[in-house]
Amino acid sequence: MSKYQLNYLAQLEAESIHIFREIAAQFEQPALLFSGGKDSITLVHLAVKAFAPGKIPFPLVHIDTGHNFQEALDYRDAMAKNIGANLIIRKVEDTIKAKKLTEPKGKFPSRNWLQTYTLLDTIEEFKFDACIGGARRDEEKARAKERIFSVRDDFGQWNPKLQRPELWNIYNGRINKGENVRVFPISNWTELDIWNYIQQENIQLPSIYFAHEREVILHEGQLVANSPYVSLDESDLVIKKQVRYRTVGDMTCTAAVESTASSLVEVIQEITAAKISERGETRIDDKVTEAAMEDRKKNGYF
Amino acid sequence: MDILRFITAGSVDDGKSTLIGRLLYDSKNILIDQLEQLEKQTKNKETGTIDLALLTDGLRAEREQGITIDVAYRYFSTPKRKFIIADAPGHVQYTRNMITGASNAGLIIVLVDARQGVVEQTRRHSIIASLLKIPHVIVAINKMDLVEYDQEVYNKIVLDYTEVAKQLGLANVTYVPISALLGDNIVDASTNIKWYDGKCLLNYLEEVPVDSDANLTDPRFQVQCIIRPQTELLHDYRGYAGKVISGIYKTGDKVTILPVGIETTITKLEVAGRAVEEIFAPQSATISLDNDIDISRGDSIVLSNNLPKINNEIEVLLCWMDEKNLIPGNKYYIQQNSRLIRAVVKDIAYKLDVNSLQHQPVEGHVKLNEVVKATIKTASPLVYDQYSTIRANGSAILIDETSNSTVAAVLFQ
Repeated sequence: MSKYQLNYLAQLEAESIHIFREIAAQFEQPALLFSGGKDSITLVHLAVKAFAPGKIPFPLVHIDTGHNFQEALDYRDAMAKNIGANLIIRKVEDTIKAKKLTEPKGKFPSRNWLQTYTLLDTIEEFKFDACIGGARRDEEKARAKERIFSVRDDFGQWNPKLQRPELWNIYNGRINKGENVRVFPISNWTELDIWNYIQQENIQLPSIYFAHEREVILHEGQLVANSPYVSLDESDLVIKKQVRYRTVGDMTCTAAVESTASSLVEVIQEITAAKISERGETRIDDKVTEAAMEDRKKNGYF
Repeated sequence: MDILRFITAGSVDDGKSTLIGRLLYDSKNILIDQLEQLEKQTKNKETGTIDLALLTDGLRAEREQGITIDVAYRYFSTPKRKFIIADAPGHVQYTRNMITGASNAGLIIVLVDARQGVVEQTRRHSIIASLLKIPHVIVAINKMDLVEYDQEVYNKIVLDYTEVAKQLGLANVTYVPISALLGDNIVDASTNIKWYDGKCLLNYLEEVPVDSDANLTDPRFQVQCIIRPQTELLHDYRGYAGKVISGIYKTGDKVTILPVGIETTITKLEVAGRAVEEIFAPQSATISLDNDIDISRGDSIVLSNNLPKINNEIEVLLCWMDEKNLIPGNKYYIQQNSRLIRAVVKDIAYKLDVNSLQHQPVEGHVKLNEVVKATIKTASPLVYDQYSTIRANGSAILIDETSNSTVAAVLFQ
C-alpha cells in the first residue's frame, strides 16, 4: 500500500466526517439521536472528530422508552458529560400520559412503535431541522434504499418513491418549512466495520456488550432479559446464562446471545463466525411482518 | 483492505438481482435467517431452489410489481476487499437512478443476456458509464447456460461490444461469460465453460486496481465549515474543515483562496483532530492558514502553482432528473460540493441521444432522463475542473428553488 492510500476504515471515517460537516453547515438546528447502542456511540465518536478541537455543534437527544438497560443510561450520561455535549432527554412515558396513548400488551410489550410519537414531538418542540441517526444500510432491506440525507414530510414520513437523487458526494439538505431531514452518516458501514472501528479506536462500550451473567427467559429460541417490563406466566422458565448483547435497544425487544466473549477481540471473533444477521438474532419486533421496517419508516420511524 | 464501489446495470430480465444475490450467497455473505426468509418468500417451491433475486428486492411495492424502483446499496466483503454495490434498476424511466448509482462507482458491471446480445439498453447503460467516466467496465455475459455455453455466442457479443466500447472510448473493458442462476464463473471457475481461461467475476472485482483511479496530482480542497472553538485555550484557533477532493497538501504549501484570489500559506494540517504533515484525497481534514482571511463555506483552497478553472459561464452536460421539465431561462441553485449559488440555464445546444450518442435538436423543454449540452451562467464565478480531469471537482447538481428537489446532474465540460 502506498502512503497515499487509505484503508477501508479510514475511508469510511473520512466519508462520515464529511457528512457531519455538511450537516453542521447546512442546518440551523440539527440534533444527534443517541440511543446508547454501539452504532450511536460510534456516531458520537465520529462527530467529535469532525469538529475537533471544537465541541460538537449540536445536542444529543435521547428518546427514553423507559425500558432501557441501566448500563446504557449510565453510559449515556457519562459520555455526554465527558465530551461536554448538551443532552436532551424526552420520555415515551410522558407522551403516553399526555396523549393518552394505548400501550402495547402482550408478553414483551414493546414501546418501539410509540417512541415515534415522542420523537416527532421532540422535533417539534426544539424545531430540529435535521436529526442524525446511526442507521446502517446493511441492517435491513428498507434501509438499503434510503439516502444519506433523507427528507421527511411534516408527519416524519419517508416516501421511498420520491427520494432525491444523491450524486457524487453532494448532499442537498434544502427543505421547505415543516419538513425535516434524517441524516445517516454511517450508512455505508456494516456491523463488522463498526466493531473493527471500535477496536481500532479503542472506544469504550457499555458493559452489556460483553459476556455477563443475566436472568433470561427462553422465548421461541431467543433469550430475553427478565425485567419488570416483561409479563411472566407459569410456563416461563427463568434461567441464568452467560450472555452478551449484539445490539442494544429496549429490554423487551432486544434479545441476548449466549456468549463467553468478554473482550472486543473475542466479540469480533464471534461476530465474524456468526451465521445469523444482527437483526435476525436480536430484534424481536422485526419478525412480525416482512415489511415491518418499510411500514415503520413510512410513518416517521428512524 | 480497501473499498471498491461498483454498479450493476442491465435490462429488466438480464438477471441483475440474481447476479447480486449470487455474489452475496457464494461469497458467504448471506446469513441463516436471511436465507430462511428467502425460502419463505420463494415462489418456486416445487423445484426447491431459492430465488436469489429476492435478496435484493427491498420494498413491498417492488415485490408486488416484480421491479426495482430505486437504487439500493448492498455490502459484502472478502478478505481482500470491502464492496459497496449500487443496485440500479434497468428500465427506461429510471435512468436517473442509474446515474445516481454510477456517480460514485469505480467499476460497472454491464449485464448482457447471452440470448439477446448487445441491445439498446446495453448501449444506453454503457453511454451513461462513459459520460460519468466510470474507470472500469466488466461485461458479464449472462445466461450462458441457456445457450449451451456456446463459445460462438460469447465471441459474437465480445465483438459487438468491442465496437460499442471503441465508439464510447471505454478503456478498461473485461468480458466474463457467466450464469448467475447456476453460479458459473461468479465466485468459482465454471466447469461448464472450459474454453474460457480468464478469471471469474469475483476475482476481477477483488483485483481491479482502484488506487490508480484517485487523482493525487492536482490539489483541490473546498471549505465545508469553519471550526472556531473560541475557548480560552483555543482563543485564536481557526480551522477550515473540508474534504481533500484530489491531490496532496503539505504544511508550508503556498496556497490561493478562490474565487477571491488571495494568497497565503498552510500553517497546520489536521485529520480528525490529529496534527499531520500532509493530507491527501479522500481525507476529511482541517487546514489552518497563515493570516486571517475572510473565507467562507464553498471557497476553494488550491496550490498557487496549480489552479483550477474559474468562470461564471460554463458549458455543461445536464442529465435531467425531475418530472418537471427544464425550461431554458429558468433559475436554479447550483451546488458544487459545498458551494451553493444561483444559476440560470441559458442556451441548450443539443440533446444527446443516449441510445446512439447522436446530437439532436431540442424542441421546447427538456424532459426527465434527457441529457443535453447547455451553457449555464452563475451568479458568481465557479471554481471547477473538467469532469473528465477531476470527477469530484467537475460535477454539481441543480436544485429547484421552489421544491428543493435535486433536478439535474451537472458535468462540467
